[in-house]
Amino acid sequence: MVKVAIWGSLRRATDGKAEVEVEAGNFKQLLDQLVVQYPGLKPQIKRGVSLALDGKIYRDNWFVKINEDSEVVLMPYMVGG
Amino acid sequence: MALDENGKRTFNIIGTRPPRPDGIDKVTGRAMYGADATAPGMLTGHILRSPHAHAKIKSIDTSAAEALSGVKAVITSADFGVPEDDYTRDVQDNCMAREKVLYDGHAVAAVAAINAGVAKQALKLIKVEYEILPHVTDVDAAMKPDAPIVLAGYAMDGLPKGMSENVTHHFEFGHGDMDAGFAKADKIVERSFTTAATHQGYIEPHACLATMGGDGKGELWVCTQGHYHVRGVCADILGMDASQLRVTASEIGGGFGGKTTVFIEPVALALARKSGRPVKLVMNREEVFRASGPTVSSSTDVKIGMTKDGRITAAHATLRYQGGAFPSGTVQFGAQSAFAAYDLDAVQTIGWNVMTNRPKEAAYRAPGAPMAIYAVESVVDELCQELGLDPLDVRLKNAARKGTKSAYGPTFDDIGLEATLEAAKAHPHYAAPLGPNQGRGLSCGFWFNFGGNTCVTMNLNFDGTVGITEGNPDIGGSRASISMMAAEELGISYDKVRTIVADTNSLGHNDITDGSRVTFAVGLATIKAAREAIKVMCARAAKIWDIDADAVYWEDGFAKPSGPNAGAFEPMSIEEIAASSPNTGGPIAGHHEVNADGAGVSFGVHLVDLEVDPETGATTVLRYTVFQDAGKAVHPDYVEGQMQGGAVQGIGWALNEEYIYGQDGRLQNPGLLDYRIPVASDLPDIDTVILEIPNPGHPYGVRGVGETPIVPPLAAISNAVSRSIGLRMSALPMSPPKILKALKSKG
Repeated sequence: MVKVAIWGSLRRATDGKAEVEVEAGNFKQLLDQLVVQYPGLKPQIKRGVSLALDGKIYRDNWFVKINEDSEVVLMPYMVGG
Repeated sequence: MALDENGKRTFNIIGTRPPRPDGIDKVTGRAMYGADATAPGMLTGHILRSPHAHAKIKSIDTSAAEALSGVKAVITSADFGVPEDDYTRDVQDNCMAREKVLYDGHAVAAVAAINAGVAKQALKLIKVEYEILPHVTDVDAAMKPDAPIVLAGYAMDGLPKGMSENVTHHFEFGHGDMDAGFAKADKIVERSFTTAATHQGYIEPHACLATMGGDGKGELWVCTQGHYHVRGVCADILGMDASQLRVTASEIGGGFGGKTTVFIEPVALALARKSGRPVKLVMNREEVFRASGPTVSSSTDVKIGMTKDGRITAAHATLRYQGGAFPSGTVQFGAQSAFAAYDLDAVQTIGWNVMTNRPKEAAYRAPGAPMAIYAVESVVDELCQELGLDPLDVRLKNAARKGTKSAYGPTFDDIGLEATLEAAKAHPHYAAPLGPNQGRGLSCGFWFNFGGNTCVTMNLNFDGTVGITEGNPDIGGSRASISMMAAEELGISYDKVRTIVADTNSLGHNDITDGSRVTFAVGLATIKAAREAIKVMCARAAKIWDIDADAVYWEDGFAKPSGPNAGAFEPMSIEEIAASSPNTGGPIAGHHEVNADGAGVSFGVHLVDLEVDPETGATTVLRYTVFQDAGKAVHPDYVEGQMQGGAVQGIGWALNEEYIYGQDGRLQNPGLLDYRIPVASDLPDIDTVILEIPNPGHPYGVRGVGETPIVPPLAAISNAVSRSIGLRMSALPMSPPKILKALKSKG
């Protein structure tokens, strides 16, 4: 199981939980499982999210490996100027 | 991918300052910008824009314009379909109003004619019947439940009671026990701030030349930061396959985020399709102000608690951003970055994004961060004043560092904030004496940076020179830095490499030039492409020597046998390998395609001295120093240029620049005479100190540097003004009348 930190305004969709646990070995599995367990997250995931994995931010890489002891933080999809 | 994966730690070319490859073209006028292209039979396009901030379009009669001699096409929203997905529909509706005009300057119709005179005459013949609606341009007013609704159906899910449907997004970040944190504080400061919408101020207005054949194939020459993005959006709007629209990026006269979307390009293509002729469309400066994308304006509340010795115990911010007439999520970046420079046990940020009757915002360097950090750094400075503490020592005491759980969630790896603060503290600027009416301000700044989708091809020419083909418009010196990285990797001189920006049909997808990504991501792909080519070159030398390819290595532009056992061969130069390539297997090239991650966050610290004239309220910036971690500065001139340019844009944002709307909701200052951008005579030399804390995500340690420098100036200037006049300023810009008013209120 991987612990995923959820940002504040998304916690409406996770029963108020700041951290949820899902079975996932990579970014894609994590997103898929989040939608299954917390359907309210689907609109934001569809709009786009980034993933901070042990401090490194990934925007799209579905197959980046996630270890059970990794720090996993869901973040809004990054853009810039 | 990692720093030094090939064991490379010393550089021959990286860190030097060769001449810029576009310099002569730009100073001689040979460079081809957006408006410089022509085509046989080309028509001139002009756009009719709304004079109202908010109105229903009851009817548009274009018959008289169409009948005018010399007019070849007139279009309205009826000439476009209605895209199914929200994003494309919003982009299209921003380019050409459908049913309602949403801001002063919103396009309602366009004409293609044989010359500008005819086109302008035709615009006057288009009859638009409007039903004027109530409007709102202020962010706080737009959030109130009785505010005019800009666009129905876009309210955020779970809209709180008492808020207008104009509120489209809500974000919260943070951690820790806020009540406990504030209870530990010896001093709490709570204050509200506002910032005005500002424009990126690029010199070159938006411009493009569109052709569309009867066979459905289109060509677009355009001034943009991202021609692949332009292709995708325009193809969607025009109902084309992406492969049938070739987009070529012109030279670009500034972008700063403002050219990351489309405004006129779909219109030019639709005019070309309807007229069957090439159409050039060029915005004038007034159109740039009224109808392109400025940054958000903001309204922010900050509350910070601090102990007597300068430790922050809790920090809270509520940010309200208006992003114009369509939904935008920029506040999320403000809410994430507001307290990123600090190591905090208790922190919370709340962000609201709101629609108003203004042009839809576009990105502007580090979108959303400068206004949030302005408010936070102002309160930190005020706390330092109240508690009699040194503002640099307080930043150092609370600085985020490796292992800090950031305010937006992840734990930081190697970051350069502490080193940057130490450099500022040790700099002579910080200890220099100040005179009467003078103040010194400082601020930290932060931006995320990212990598993104990137394709690069390296072609070895038969004479041993090298061509790099990449797909990102060069807005900050990337052709130079990419050539330097290729030359470094290949071990050849910089002048043997030429980098060009390919069109959309010549190279795979490349994301927009944004997010400070290009030197990082395109550089990374270039290094990998060069390494691939080196493998091929070593294999070709091995063939000639009739030894195993593994027994050959590459050094300083030569293939060499790896030891006595490999054979006693003279090193073979890149020129020799290139010249013999037809005999050894054909042309040699290297490619690399990647969606790059690991860009590494960036921090900077700005230090400014200024003087406020108590008689006029005018501020003169006397001395300015920028400290920033660049990871590794590939071409220090360009890095310094980014640092100086960000500082200057931030000075303008802090002191003078603002979109001013009248009671009628119309923009009052759509020109550079009334919208006051700083010019050279307003500014001192901007000193720069580059720190190099390598980014582990890049082979040479490179971090993006383009956006962070615009983040600290707002607070640095405001803190200096506030210390100079002895009064905390809380609204930008601090133009002379506003400072005078503040001084009078002080008595």
